[in-house]
This record gives sequence, C-alpha cells and structure tokens, in this order.
Amino acid sequence: MGGFLHRHKGLTPYLLLGPGLAWLAVFFLIPLGFLAYQSLQSGIYPNLEFTWAFSNFPDAISDYREQLVRSFLYAGISTVLALVLAYPLVYWIAFRAGPWRNLFLLFIVAPLFVTYLIRTLAWLNILADEGPVVGFLRGIHVLGEGEGLLFTTLAVVAGITYNFFPFMALPLYVSLEQIDARLLEAAKDLYASPVQAFLRVTLPLSAPGIVAGTLLTFIPAAGDFINAELLGTPKQQMVGNVIQAKFLESLDYPTAAALSFVLMAAILASLLVYARIVGTEKLTG
Amino acid sequence: MTTAAEPIPRARPGTATRAWALVKRHALTVYALLVVGYLMLPIAVVILFSFNDPRGRFNYVWQGFTIEHWLEWDAVLGIRDAVITSLQIGLLSTVVATALGTLIAIAIVRHEYRGRATTNVLVFLPMSTPEIVLGASLLTLFLNLTSVFTLGFWTIFIAHVMFIISFVVVTVKARLIGFDRHLEEAAMDLGANEWTTFRKVTFPLLAPAMLAAGLLGFALSLDDFVITYLNAGPEQTFPVFVWGIARVAVPPQVNVVASAIFLIAIAIALGNAIWQIRAARRQRERTA
Repeated sequence: MGGFLHRHKGLTPYLLLGPGLAWLAVFFLIPLGFLAYQSLQSGIYPNLEFTWAFSNFPDAISDYREQLVRSFLYAGISTVLALVLAYPLVYWIAFRAGPWRNLFLLFIVAPLFVTYLIRTLAWLNILADEGPVVGFLRGIHVLGEGEGLLFTTLAVVAGITYNFFPFMALPLYVSLEQIDARLLEAAKDLYASPVQAFLRVTLPLSAPGIVAGTLLTFIPAAGDFINAELLGTPKQQMVGNVIQAKFLESLDYPTAAALSFVLMAAILASLLVYARIVGTEKLTG
Repeated sequence: MTTAAEPIPRARPGTATRAWALVKRHALTVYALLVVGYLMLPIAVVILFSFNDPRGRFNYVWQGFTIEHWLEWDAVLGIRDAVITSLQIGLLSTVVATALGTLIAIAIVRHEYRGRATTNVLVFLPMSTPEIVLGASLLTLFLNLTSVFTLGFWTIFIAHVMFIISFVVVTVKARLIGFDRHLEEAAMDLGANEWTTFRKVTFPLLAPAMLAAGLLGFALSLDDFVITYLNAGPEQTFPVFVWGIARVAVPPQVNVVASAIFLIAIAIALGNAIWQIRAARRQRERTA
C-alpha cells in the first residue's frame, strides 16, 4: 500500500476523498436532482406524471405564502432573541467566569444532550395553564384569567429560540474567547470608556461569531416544524409543517418538493442580503 | 486592580447609590446566571417529571414522587425496540461517517489537488441546508428507486452517515490545521513512507479529534428526528417513537430514557474534561 501511494502521489488526495464525496454525491446531490424532478410532476402519489409543471412553484408560493412568511418571521425573531440572550452570557463566560469557564460552557451545550423533541415537550409542562409561569403572569395581571401561553405564537417563538440557542452561543464564544485581553487594556490606556472599548474593540472582533451564530440559528429555524407542531396551533404553522404533511400525509409530493426548493431559495436569498450587509469574507470565514 | 486611579469619595454615597453601584457591577453576572437558569429549566423539568406519579394519562402536572418508571422504563410498548434501534444506527453511522469524514479532512488540509473548492462546497452544503429539505430530497430518491431501497433501518443509516460526514470534516479539519506539520516531515525525513507516517504520527495525533467528532456524530444521530422521520418507513428510532406517542400522551418512561441519555452524555463530557486536565498536567510535569 505504501509503495503504491509513493509511486502515485498525485492520486492520494482523490483516494482519500473518494468514498466520502461519493456518499455525499449519491445521497445529497443526486436526491436534490430527484427532488427537482418531483417538483415538476403533477398529480398525487401514486398517480404522478412528469409534465414540466413549472406552475407548481407559483401555485405553492401563493397557496402557502402565509406559512412561508411566518417561517422567516419566526426564524428572524428567534435569531435576534437568541443573540440578545447569548451575547452577555457568553461575554461573561469569556471574560469573567475565570476557572468556571468550562462548567458554564457545559451549561450551554447541556440542552443538546436532551432529545430535541423532549426538550420541546418540556415547554408544555412549563407553559401549561396549571404551571407556575402562567400562574405568576396571571397573578401580576399580565395575563387575564382565561388566557394562557401554550399554543400561541409566543410559545412557538420561545421554543425555537430555546432549541437553537447553543448554535448561537458556541460560535460567539469561540470568537470572544480569541480576543487578546491586551487589546482591551490598550483601549483602556488610551482613555476609552468601557462602552467605547466594547463598541470599538470587542464587538467588531466578535463579528465573525455573530455571523456564524446567526447562520447556524436562522437556517434550521426557518425549516423547523417541531415547535409549531407541538407548541402551536394550525395558526402558527410554518412551511416545514406543510412540507412534512404533504410528504407523509396527503402524498402531494410535487407541491412538497416545490415548497422545499422555495424554502431553500428563500434562505439563500436572505443569506445573500445578509452577506451584502456584513461583507462576503465574513460569511465564508 | 489599582486603587490609585479611583477618585476619592467626597461624601458617603447614599444607600440608593450604593445599591445601584452593586447592581451595575454585578448586572452582567446576574444576567448570565438568569440565562443559565433559562437553559437548565426544561432539563430540570424533564428529569423531575421522570419521577412523577401521574394519575391518568397526562404527565403535565406534578402529582407525587416515584422511582417506579425508572425501574420499569421499558413497560411502554415499543420503547425498548426504539431505543435499541437508535443505538444501533447511532453506532454504525458514526463509525462509517467518522472514517469517511476524516479521510476528506486529511485530503483537504494535507494535499494540493484540483477541485478543492468544490470539495469544500460539497461538505458545507449539507450543513447549510434545512433538515426538512435534506430529508425530503432523500425520500424522493428512495421513493423513485423502490426496487433498490426499502424504507427502514438502512435508509435511516444512509441518511445519518450523510449528515454526520460534514460535521466530522469540520471537526477534524480544525485539529489538522492546528497541529505541527514538522512531526510528519521529520518522520518522512527519517525514511518513513506516507502510510507509515500516517499510522505512527498522523493517526495518533488525530485520534482525539476523531473521538470528539465521533461523539458529536453519535449525539446528532441519536437526536435526529426530521430526516429520520421522513425516511424511516415503519422503523422507529427513539425520537420517532416519541413523536408518535406525543400525539396521545407522553408516558413518564419517555422522560426516563431522555434523562438517562442526558446523564450519560454529561458523564462523558465531565470524564473527557477530567482526562484533558490530567493529560495537561502530565505534559507539564514531563516538560518541567
């Protein structure tokens, strides 16, 4: 084996890449081709016919515009909420937690160790009408007697925020942790106030973390359907719910496939807008 | 901390001012702890309700303590098979994906070749595609090739390997970029060929990253619902089982399994941390 590799040095990288890339090509790229093929069919399984039905796309968009808009709205709000919640915590861990750093990092990833569905179901207990949160909010008259939190937009957004929080916090931590403390001391020596030092040193240096965290939170959030299904009602349904139901319940594969592409295209489009705002080099790292 | 720079107080500050100063100094800490509390709350609820003794079908309200569900965790029909399937798929797909992903990472970092940009894109794309699209596209492949694929254990395995590979590449790549290439060059200079160098130098250096990638992959596999659900056919992994039963009523046994998975994961994380601290200390002793 060694001799062979030695004689054909140029071949080595392709031998290394071969099996893994083949797997990705066959089970990721080719399926996307099949999805495209399916999106241009008409009919309902098993009576499907390939008819170049491009009308599936405008039809899907106009039929499910509400769910599409909702997906991006919920994902956007959740991403911002996760950033606002995560930044101070992660800043504190990186600069103030001292020897407790690793313990607090463990706290951040701990929710990932609980099965996704089950940590979402836990919010059913927490937000239940008989639970402590609703009791407290009713007590201080934020909620009326008959009002609750479950099966509302608030519950769905809160669920999404919670579930993708670690994906925001971890890249943020990585970028904050790399900041050289001497830069902050230099800012202080040059008479920057703590706020100025933060805005002109810390924040710009943590930008790559913010960008990475935003992407890692927004993309899965926009495609999510579990939170809307478990914590919401049909009024909170997102595009993921529609795709899932069309594939597994109504067997309307063409519409489901078309919607999948619309979702991907919309995510790509929002990434491009985002890249315009923050600069391309930060997106690709 | 220097005291010289601080202004000398002219008068004793009032209680309100002092309280405000205290809040200002510790506001960040308090905020951080509150967020940690928010992160821990659902976990605490999951564990707590595994000990609940619900009267009736619904496990929503606390009614009394019992360890019965821990002792009879598989008393619910189907839960045992689902857990076993999850573990089998997790192990198999992790081993395969770690091997494939590590090879890709080595090629990307250690070799010059045409098509590197394409490789990076192909690795990056699955991670930036929503799960529902990954799952849906795979499902259309399987549905269109029913003569080759039957939805079940192996289609789940295929799907899991596919989405784990990218995470392995990223994890191992980070480690490869970080470490000293001179060690490998030294081995080559001493007459070792590529294969021997890999076996005796590269692989031992990579092993921790591969282990980390494997653990991450296993966790991802165990947790995955969306892609699995679309491609499972009649097969049930633990998350698919939970989804089915959540439409009726979630029994405490589900909380037991989730709590057990959580506690094992925490134990592994802590074990790994302790091992790293020990290794670092040994390293220091050796160099001292």
